This record gives sequence, structure tokens and C-alpha cells, in this order.
Amino acid sequence: MQNLLSWMTFFPLVGLAILLFMPGAKENALKVWTLVVTIITFMISLPLAFDDVFKTSAAMHYTEFSKWISIGDFFQMNYNVGVDGISLWLVMLTTFIMPIAVLSTWQAVDKNVKGFMAMLLLLETAMLGAFVSIDLFLFYIFWELMLIPMYFLIGIWGGKNRIYAAVKFFLYTAVGSLLMLVAIIYVYYYGVKTGIATDGFSIVEFYKLGIPGNLQTWLFLAFAFSFAIKVPMFPLHTWLPDAHTEAPTAGSVILAAVLLKMGTYGYVRFAIPLFPEAMQTFTPLLATLAVIGIIYGALVAMMQDDVKKLVAYSSVSHLGFVMLGVFAMNLQGMAGGMLQMINHGISTGALFLIVGFLYERRHTREINEFGGLAKKMPIFATIFMIMTFSSIGLPGTNGFVGEFLAILGAFESELRWYAVVATTGVIFAAVYMLWMYQRVMFGECNNPKNADLKDLSAREITLMVPLLVFVFWIGVYPNTFFDKMNPALENLIKQVKSQQVAIVMPASTGEYTLGNPRLTHPGMPPQGHQ
Amino acid sequence: MENLVQIAMQNVNFDAILPSLVLCSFGMVLLLMNAFMPRGKSTPAAWFSLVAIVVTGFVSLAAWNKPEFGFAGGVALDNYATFFNIIFLVAAGLTILMSDDYLKREGYPVGEFYTLILFATAGSMWMASGTNLMMIFLGLEVLSVALYVLAGFFRGQTKSNEAGLKYFLLGCFSTGFLLYGIALLYGVTGTIDLARMGEFISANPGAITNPMAVAGLMLLSTGFLFKIAAAPFHMWTPDTYQGAPTPITAFMSAGPKAAAFAGFIRILILGLGGMKAEWTSLLWIIAVLTMVVGNVIAIYQTDIKRTLAYSSIAHAGYALVGIVAANEIGVSGILFYMLAYTFMNLGAFAVLVLVGKKGEENLTLDGFAGFGYKRPWLAIAMVIFLFSLMGIPPTAGFAGKFYIFAGAVKAGYIWLAVIGVLNSAVSLYYYLRIMVAMYFKAPTEEFEWIKMSAPVVASIVIAVVGVLYMGILPGGVIAMAKNALF
Repeated sequence: MQNLLSWMTFFPLVGLAILLFMPGAKENALKVWTLVVTIITFMISLPLAFDDVFKTSAAMHYTEFSKWISIGDFFQMNYNVGVDGISLWLVMLTTFIMPIAVLSTWQAVDKNVKGFMAMLLLLETAMLGAFVSIDLFLFYIFWELMLIPMYFLIGIWGGKNRIYAAVKFFLYTAVGSLLMLVAIIYVYYYGVKTGIATDGFSIVEFYKLGIPGNLQTWLFLAFAFSFAIKVPMFPLHTWLPDAHTEAPTAGSVILAAVLLKMGTYGYVRFAIPLFPEAMQTFTPLLATLAVIGIIYGALVAMMQDDVKKLVAYSSVSHLGFVMLGVFAMNLQGMAGGMLQMINHGISTGALFLIVGFLYERRHTREINEFGGLAKKMPIFATIFMIMTFSSIGLPGTNGFVGEFLAILGAFESELRWYAVVATTGVIFAAVYMLWMYQRVMFGECNNPKNADLKDLSAREITLMVPLLVFVFWIGVYPNTFFDKMNPALENLIKQVKSQQVAIVMPASTGEYTLGNPRLTHPGMPPQGHQ
Repeated sequence: MENLVQIAMQNVNFDAILPSLVLCSFGMVLLLMNAFMPRGKSTPAAWFSLVAIVVTGFVSLAAWNKPEFGFAGGVALDNYATFFNIIFLVAAGLTILMSDDYLKREGYPVGEFYTLILFATAGSMWMASGTNLMMIFLGLEVLSVALYVLAGFFRGQTKSNEAGLKYFLLGCFSTGFLLYGIALLYGVTGTIDLARMGEFISANPGAITNPMAVAGLMLLSTGFLFKIAAAPFHMWTPDTYQGAPTPITAFMSAGPKAAAFAGFIRILILGLGGMKAEWTSLLWIIAVLTMVVGNVIAIYQTDIKRTLAYSSIAHAGYALVGIVAANEIGVSGILFYMLAYTFMNLGAFAVLVLVGKKGEENLTLDGFAGFGYKRPWLAIAMVIFLFSLMGIPPTAGFAGKFYIFAGAVKAGYIWLAVIGVLNSAVSLYYYLRIMVAMYFKAPTEEFEWIKMSAPVVASIVIAVVGVLYMGILPGGVIAMAKNALF
């Protein structure tokens, strides 16, 4: 298909335009329409997953380019999109999870359905746009655009403390990204001043900048701060439990599955390759924060009485593994981290759905209120069990592959001791997840309110099945996914490593060569653009 | 200076003042018309003034890329002036659209209201096209006198009287400062013509350190900073903006503010370009102060009109960042930003006009509770304006802020840009709060809704289109702004 990425990104927007003119009272029609739109978007994106070009090439594919805004002769913003092995699976995850999220609203959302569906569709466009942008300015636009629908999703359809959670979510994320904006402008300014970046805000050009070390530090901090809030990394995580707990189920699912990945993706795509030397400097600090996040998230999760809060804190812990793998800067770590992003999207997304099922039935999420549900709801119990195992990282499920590789990668890099400490997080994860499962599902069913709970409906099973398929697919044969992300990751690692060495060298002589010869040496795979 | 009149008469070129001439002619006819109209009928005057704005708009646009100069170099109708003229006309047009029903509701359906808006706009035009200090001062006075009356237009309301009087008294003071500054600069350079003043300063670098010149610069700046409501000269703004009729508040925050910027930029760059080091270091501090004061105090407001007044102070601060940058991008960024701000702020005020009932009792956060469900489309428009004011893409506000901050970064003022975006972050809070009230809270009481009147809705639609167009496809306006530099 011509312009596949544009079709995919903006199709939800087309659906949104039609949705706005549908009668607001016909709630089912609105839901069905949104489901259809998200499924079609998924179909549009499907050829990406089956394209074997990613197995051999690290370059950007499906690129589209057109000039967009020029300010004077100085600033040039372009509409520049493309997909490579790094963004491929995140794009697929987004289009895959959206229909499931929509389907989960069938009974959960009855207030202002039209607005809810409109926000979901706007959110999908923003998320896809952010993943496919290879122009930094365009990325920023989509990045900011994501805030708006999520803010309303939490604020209008959320729980008791929704206003606090929504405002906190918005302020945290916006503050971080504003600083990144200044850094973006400066990177561009530097690129133009040195004459290296000649193609607008194209990151492929920015990768070649070779910004001097001192400057890198500041720019990296601005980017890293913004992404760290989104991941979220300790100690910037406090917005997450609030947002997750208050958000409606569909909102939590999308937040966990996709939005948090924006932060980790931001590191892989922007912060690390743009500022490799600063990355080198800050790796110990960031890895420490990642490990603290792993342990802290797990310990706090253990103490929660609210199932949803427990899952929310487990996210902090899981994302710590992702970051640790990424910071290892070797193929195992990176690939493990990338795969763990997808895994977390699937298993935590599923857990939020499961919490949603419970909440729809009992309108409470207190662990104490439950107990002995396994006998009443056998199908539910089975699915819940599998997802719990996936979240813990039991071999055979997806969680194992990702976490294992991430830790292995860290162990083989200079982050060895961090990896050792982080491994305890896996044990904690088993403790809090199994303990929670035990309290909710096993034992005697003493609470009379739980006496006549119904098992999962056909709709609920339908939306869990695709997730289950991927739990085992990734768990048993992850190579489907690795094959297509490895070339891009290898290229990225090589590029970062070469710059980390390259910049240290001239620094000792006190001058920076702008046309860095090491970036274009023949061993490098060609930089993909167009 | 005694030869000024004589010189001016030798170089009459009415083409150079054609837009304001047309506007003034309409204004005078309207003045006469009002004398013969029955009391209490202001609608014909509104439509007549709207025609005046549209006709003047065409006349102004005809001058694009065809600069005219006249009156001994005192007036220049260059692209710079034309760009600002368009801003003034957009501001005036949107104001007129939202005024008619409002005046009837508040019980002052008086046609002179529109005459004054036309004259204020003409005054703004002279400020933008004036290239000597007298001309700019003349424009400022015409503008100010009209605004003093407009701010106190509801003579039966204490709030409005207070607004008018406060604005008048403090405005007189600031005018005094401005004149004093002009006199001192004339004393140093021997000319009031900006181009010749610039030549004199570059030929005599000693003039820069002359205390009289520095004092002149400071006094002149005080006068202009008062008009653009920069801290610490902003004290009049909240009370005046809150007390003045809502459409006039909207008008004041966009048109006349842009006029003051137009005159100020022309003087600083054309006349006092040689003293750039002095005025950038001065305005750096003022810009930071203005942003911080505006945003921080806005957080503590519960009245939405007053919140927007403080937000308007903050926005003047963002624009000042562009002056400090003093490069092509910064200055053309201000032009872009002024137009963007006109759309978003007038749009927001137009929504307030519709929401407020007689006496404007419900323009508080509580009054907005549940608004999003009562009037969904109107609320969506308000959300767009608020996001634009925050500077969230893809709106005009984001494009404008990006443009200005990019100018600052390019000129090396990284910290100023950082302070600017941090201030934007602070501003998120009070804009979000309005949206929280609109969507996340249940209405506290039933309030009677004024009907959606077509002209006000038209002004909102125009503003929404402007905000989104300048946000998503800003290229056209950016190219114009770039061409508009003198």
C-alpha cells in the first residue's frame, strides 16, 4: 500500500471525524464503529509484521517525506515517517492492543460514550505518530498530543480521585517534555550551525552530529528527564500509581501497554544514540535508578491492598528491567529490553483487563473483599493464572525470555552487579503476584457477595485469547520477534559504541572534529533514509 | 522641531496612511450616524463598523509588498505595518462580532462603542506605521484615549468605572514617562526620526554611554512596557481587565498590546539599534519578571476573567523574549505570536461572553462546572483555545511559542528559553483548572443560558479556524511574518 504509515496513523482520525457526527445516544453503534476503526487500523499495519525486509536491513523503511513548515531559512520541519526494527513491534503492539481496549469498554463505560471513543481514537493516532516519526519535531508534536486524550480519559471517566490523578499526570509529563523542547531546538541549532544536519529535524541526520561532551550532558539530561518521567523511573514514578488506579480499564490498559513504552522507546531512539558520550557518563546513575525502581516497585506492590495499585507498582518494577537491559548496551540486553516492552504491554495490559473484570462484577478492587473465586470462575482463574505467570516471568511464557535476556545482557556488561541485585526483583515479583493470586482466587469463598459471581463472558474471553496466544508465542518462539529487531539494534549499538569511543579520542587532544570519520567508515551499514 | 509641520506638509502621501484614513472616515460617518439613530439601537452601528473593518482589511492587504512612505519619513506603510494592521483588524472585527448581544444584555446598547473601537484601531495603525517618535506617540494617544473610555464604558457599574479610572490615571503617568523619554532622546540625537536617530547613534558611539540617552531609553521603555502590561508595570491590568466590558478586555489584550509591541520594536531596532546591548539586558530581566509574575499570580485567581488577565501578562513576557533575541526569527516570531494570540485569546473571551450572564456573576471556576456537558461544541472550542494558550501542539500557541523560543536559542539566550518553557509549565496548571471545572466537575447550580447568538458563534468559529490553521499549517503565516520585517 502506498503511504502505509500515514494511512495507519491517520485512519483513527478519519474514524474520529465520522464518529463525531454519529448520534450520541446510540452507544452500541459508537462502540462498534470504534472497534471497526481500530481493527481496520490493525489490518493496515499488518503487512509491516510480515515484511521480511526488517530481518536483513537496519534502515528505515516505508519512509514518507514531505516538507511541512519552514521558519525563515533556518528552521525546516518535515513530515518524515518510517519504521525500522526498533519501532516495528511497538507499532504492532499499539494497533494490536487498541481493539482489545475498545472491546473492554463494552460494559465498563456508559457515561458519555462518544467522548470516550473519540479520545481513544485520538490517542491511537498520537501514539502511532510518535512511534513512526523520524523527525524529532514531528515526534514532539505527537508526544504532546498524547497527553490531551489521556488527560480527559482519566479526568472524566476515572475513579474517585480522578481530578488529582489527571492533573498530576498532565503536569508531570508536560514539564518534562517542555525541557526536552528546548533541547530539541538546541540540537537542531547545533546541527545547522555546524552544517551537518541539512534535512530538518531528521534524527538520522542528528545521529551524525557528534555533539561535544559538555553540551551532550545538558541536552541528554533534558531528554532523559522527560523520558524518565514517562517510563517512569524512580523517583519520578509517583504519577503512575495514581493515574493507573484512577483511570478507566481501557485507559489503564493503553497507559501500561503503550504510553509507558514511549519513555523507554525515547531512550533507545533518541536519548542514547543522540548523546552517546553523556549516556556513558550517566549509565551508572540511571542503572542505579532502574535497579531501585525494580526493588522499590516490587516491595511497594507487595504491600498493596488494591489489586489495581499492585499491578501499577509492578509496572514500575518491570520497566526497571527494561531500562537495565537497554543501558547494558549489548545485543542481549537491548533485545531483552525491547522484547520486555512488548511483554509488559501484553501481560500488564491483560492484568489490568482482569482487574477490570473483577471491578465490573464487584465494584471493588480490595484484595480482602475476594477469596475463593477459583471455584466460581474457573475460566477466569485459568487465564488469570497464566497472566500471573507471564508477569512473574515463568519459563515458557513471554516474561521469562525478556527478563532473562535483559538481566543476562546487564550481567555481561559493566552493569554486572546491578544485574545481580536486580535479580532479586524477580523473586519479589513471584512473591507479590502469587500472594495476590492466592488471596483473591484460593481459599474459602466466605464473602457472600462473591457467591454468585459469573465466569467470563464470550466477549471477555474473546479479548483475552489474542493476548494468551502471544504470551506463549513469545515464550516459546521469540525469534519471530528478535529476527526483525536485531539488525536495527545491532546497528544502533555499533553506532553508539563507535561514537562513545570516537569522542573520547579527540577529547584528549582538546578538539572535536566535526566530520567524524568513524561514522562513515566502510564497516558501518548504510544509514537508512529514503 | 519647529520645521516639523512644514516638512511634513511637503511630503504628503495619502497612500501611506490609506488604511487608517479609510477607517477614520468610516468612524466619522458612524459618529454622525449615531447622532441620528434612536437610542438603544446599536445593531446597525455594529454591522456598519464590521463593514468598515472588512473594507479596511482589503485596503490594507492591497498594500502588501507595495510599501508606501510619506510625511517626511514619518510614516511607512511597509509589510511590517501591514502585518500589524491585519492583526488589529482581526482583533477589532472579532471584538465587534462578540459585542452586540453583550451590550444589549448588559443594558448599554450604544453605537459610540463601535466608533471608539474604530478609532482605537486607527490609532494602533499609526503606531505600527509610524517611523518617527511623534507619529508613534500620536497613535498611542489616539488609541489610549479611546481605550480609557471603552474600559469605563458601563458607567453605571462601579467595576467598570474603576477599570476606566485606573487605566486612565496610570496611563497618563506612563504617557508622561514616554514623552519625557522621547524628549531626552531628541536631546541626545537631535532628531525624532527613527532612521536618522539610528544613523546618529552608529556614527557617534559615544552617545550610547550618554546618561541622557540611557535615561531616555529607560523612560521610553517604561511607557511602552506599561502599555504591554509587563511586570512591574502591570498593576493596572488585572483590575482593568476584570472591570472592563468583556469584549473590550479581549480587545485590549490583543489589538492595542500588539500596537504597543509594533511601536516598541520599531523604535528599539530602527532607532536604538546601536544601544542593543543596553536594552536587551534590560528587557531580559523584564521578560523573566513578566512571565513569572503573570503565571504565578494567575494560579491564585478564581475568577476566569482575572485569570486570563494575568495570563495575558505572562504572554506579553513570552513575546518580550522575542525582542530580547532581536534576530530575524525572534522578531518575526513576535509578529506570528501576536496574530496567534489574537485568535486564541479573543476566542476564549468570546466563550466568556456567551457563558457570562448579566453582571458576569458566573465567570468563576464554579460557574464553569459541568460546562462541557451543557454546551459540548462551545466547550470543545474553549478547550482548543486553552490548549493553544498553554502552547500544546498542534495549535497556534505552540507554533508561536516554538518560533519565539527558537529565536532566543538561536541568539544564544538558552536560559531565557528554559525559563520561558518552565513558565509555560506553570501556566498549564491554571489553564487545566478551567478544563477540570468544565469537564470533571458536576454543575453546582442550574444557570440560565443565554442563547447562542450567531455573531458571537461566528467569532468563535473564526478564532478556532485561525488557531488550528496557524497550528497545523503555519507555513503561510510564517512566510508572511518573515517578509514583514523592516
